[in-house]
Amino acid sequence: MQREGSALHGLGVVVLKELSDHLTSVRMRVLEWLVVLFALAALYGAIQQIRDTTAEDPFLFLKLFTTAREPLPFTFVSFLTILVPLVAIGMGFDAVNGEHNRRTLSRILSQPIYRDALLFGKFLAGLFTLSVSLIALWLLVIGLGLFLLGLPPSGEELARAFIFLLVTIAYAGVWLALAMLFSIIFRSPATAALVALGLWLFLTLIWPALAPAIVVAFAPPSSSEETLILAAQYLSRLSPSNLFGEVVLALLNPTTRTLGPIYLSQLQGAVLGAPMPLGESLIIAWPQIVGLIAGTILLFVTGYIIFQRQEVRA
Amino acid sequence: MSADNVIEAQGLTKRYDEATVVKGISFSVARGEIFGLLGPNGAGKTTTILMLLGLSEISDGQARVLGFDPVREPLAVKRRVGYLPDQVGFYDNLSASDNLRYTARLMGLEREERERKIATALTHVGLGEVMDRPVDTFSRGMRQRLGLAEILMKEAQIAILDEPTSGLDPQATAELLHIIRNLKDRGVSVLLSSHLLDRVQSICDRVALFNQGNIALLGTVGELGRQVLGVGYYVDVEAEGQGLAEKLRSVPGVKSVETPSANHMRIYAERDVRSDAAAAVIAAGGRLLRLSVETPSLDMIYNRYFENVMGGRHAA
Repeated sequence: MQREGSALHGLGVVVLKELSDHLTSVRMRVLEWLVVLFALAALYGAIQQIRDTTAEDPFLFLKLFTTAREPLPFTFVSFLTILVPLVAIGMGFDAVNGEHNRRTLSRILSQPIYRDALLFGKFLAGLFTLSVSLIALWLLVIGLGLFLLGLPPSGEELARAFIFLLVTIAYAGVWLALAMLFSIIFRSPATAALVALGLWLFLTLIWPALAPAIVVAFAPPSSSEETLILAAQYLSRLSPSNLFGEVVLALLNPTTRTLGPIYLSQLQGAVLGAPMPLGESLIIAWPQIVGLIAGTILLFVTGYIIFQRQEVRA
Repeated sequence: MSADNVIEAQGLTKRYDEATVVKGISFSVARGEIFGLLGPNGAGKTTTILMLLGLSEISDGQARVLGFDPVREPLAVKRRVGYLPDQVGFYDNLSASDNLRYTARLMGLEREERERKIATALTHVGLGEVMDRPVDTFSRGMRQRLGLAEILMKEAQIAILDEPTSGLDPQATAELLHIIRNLKDRGVSVLLSSHLLDRVQSICDRVALFNQGNIALLGTVGELGRQVLGVGYYVDVEAEGQGLAEKLRSVPGVKSVETPSANHMRIYAERDVRSDAAAAVIAAGGRLLRLSVETPSLDMIYNRYFENVMGGRHAA
């Protein structure tokens, strides 16, 4: 049965409204300040460390993202891994149930638009807001790096850093889609936020440790060491944080040759410690990048289907 | 469909997994008429409304709104129909005019037209002076009026109002009913649902009485009165005298006479029998103190109907 008119009619209006909501909300300002402060702390530590231990590294600039210094336990990247989900969840957890609870949903949906436009518009506005913040943060880091290190990044370093930015946006997309899914499933924003945060903690902190334990518990006793390691790795990749970590490793650490176990055959003829070309690094990380994007789409579509079947009455 | 009907429903049914909440109802709303869907909460009124708007799937049966099928052409329906949901909500942080601006843009109005229509609509419902205030300072009644302003701005041909007066104080109710009557004067057809009968009676041309997913009764209030009570009028007589009730019972057109208190008699009749009743009282040597005629109220019809249904008896 064919519906008349475009499913995306009114999309632009919804996106603009949601954007202005996001950009003026107190919630967004708090989250942004949190991000900026954490980023500056991590960056400051990295710069100190790099200055103290200047090595003949052809990718010194990328070290900005991946170096930590005591007493701060985290690098710029590891802090993004933790905080980006928090911001994304903070923006999406009341996307749909908030409209329900304000009783605005049926009024808005009685205007000549489809539900598709409302949901997609909310997602796009959220992703756009996240992108703006991440791009601003990225520029800040590059700028400060230039200023404090006094060293211009090479073309390849910029390219790697840029792809890293895009991947971070995709990573944010996964969590935004997840938060919106919960905002559709749960009528109470508090429940949706709590479940999303719980899942975030579980996937980011507990799952990497749990995955090998699960494999050991369920693998037949005859399995080889290699099978166990591979199985644990596949399992741990269910966590978006893990996927993101692996992509970042391949991108920002050009000497990375593989994200799985290294076989002797792969080392034959290899110059250890020699950087991979950008194309090769991309190929190494490609499955993980696709995984992040696919995860976003899957979560969004699941939410979309549930939303289409949901009753609008409060 | 008949050219003069703006809404037609035939065998409209809504089934959920566990229950059928609307059981094959049929009704139509004529152009320019105020039609009331009445009944207790949970009788299926809101579900019926949502199906007509294409916001809820129709399990069975057919609906036509202005000749469009809400299932296949929901946008065409929603472009022409204004909807005021039960306990309408707005974005509290935005001003009244900003709230309307958002929906106006969803309707696709251009800037100039938009601003003009927003100002006119808000002034019309008496919110012109507070249009730049955030909605969270608004009372229930103001929110309902803002909802009606949205329908005015849309220049809808049909206004569907779900429980427009519930939770309002008498004055706010009166103001709202006044605006709804104005809608009718502008040629807008109105479909409204309510469980507050006496208020609704005053403005509805025809009503449908819902009971557990069925339309139990349908027609003008007078018709319903004749169906349920068997009469179109009742006359209250206060008089002193002996055997007056007997005399009144024999007046032509009188169906029955009740005596709620010693000198008070209530006559149920097919027509206005005041003069005959007065003559009968005088002829019997009684002293007539008061005489008044009324059409049966919806409340009365409603209560009597449900008494009959619950008691397992059939209406007269």
